[in-house]
Amino acid sequence: MTDSKKVLFLLGKMKEAIDENAQFLTDLDAAIGDNDHGINMARGFKKIGEDLPALEGKDIGAILKKAGMDLVSTVGGSSGPLYGTAFMKAGAAAAGKTEISPEDFLSMMEEAVAGVQMRGKAVRGEKTMLDSMIPALEKMREGAQAGLDPKAILADSVAAAQEGVEYTKTIIATKGRASYLGERSLGHQDPGATSFLVLLKAIADNY
Amino acid sequence: MVGFVLVSHSRKLAEGAAELGHLMAPEVPVEAAGGLPDGSPGTDYETILNAIEKVSLPGVDAVLIIMDMGSSCMTAEMVLEERGDAFPPAMMIDCAFAEGTVTAMVGASAGDDVETIIKEAMEAGKASKF
Repeated sequence: MTDSKKVLFLLGKMKEAIDENAQFLTDLDAAIGDNDHGINMARGFKKIGEDLPALEGKDIGAILKKAGMDLVSTVGGSSGPLYGTAFMKAGAAAAGKTEISPEDFLSMMEEAVAGVQMRGKAVRGEKTMLDSMIPALEKMREGAQAGLDPKAILADSVAAAQEGVEYTKTIIATKGRASYLGERSLGHQDPGATSFLVLLKAIADNY
Repeated sequence: MVGFVLVSHSRKLAEGAAELGHLMAPEVPVEAAGGLPDGSPGTDYETILNAIEKVSLPGVDAVLIIMDMGSSCMTAEMVLEERGDAFPPAMMIDCAFAEGTVTAMVGASAGDDVETIIKEAMEAGKASKF
């Protein structure tokens, strides 16, 4: 089981991971986007970091809803509404809970990914964050069905997200700012798919 | 009367489109909601929400939002979800940013209804320039 305290701890670790990778994410975005993904994500997670102390003692739904609103109101790029929706949907799936089971976590991820698809009106294969999110989610489903322990499931889903990031190098962007580059987006990995990997890895490494 | 909110990643682009519309339809309320509060590029949830409030002057019974690209649309969409049924109702138009703004504001100044304004704005920008 994962309690509220652990969720706050993991959000703090996600913030650290985003800070460590901010320049890398911005450099990826400089190649095929508008050169701000890492800066934007760091701005959003800075706000989350500032709000963590006030969220102590709240239920997991409330914590994630606040984190999502922080991202929506401070990120400034597409990742704000996209990750903001993901966190808010995950929060809605955990409304009122002070502890979540691995099954709860899977439902929250299902809601989060569905939220990103709804918000971005995108599908897999368009060179977006969904190209790492969906394979990771599939591994979580498979792992849960096979009865694997949470650590193993998270490790497998990180590997799947990593493969998803590699896959984005081989496809042309049809959604997001990179779509304006057409074929010139080939060979570059998607910054959003990469930031999801960074966030998921922060959860897996600190679970 | 219909009011307008112009949402762009760029403060200058939003202000520039508002300027173009204002030249043709000076009596139509319009607010630019471009960039982040510090002026750097991006779209800002609060800026859009405040622009809708600001443009909701007495006599404004609908607000139309025109967006440029990417996060402009998604952030505006989240603002609209948060507002729910608040008065005046606000809607997004899927149209070319500059041409759609001018067409829609001219339509509003002529007293067209919201459906007509939206329809004509969506057609604007499809015409060949030469």
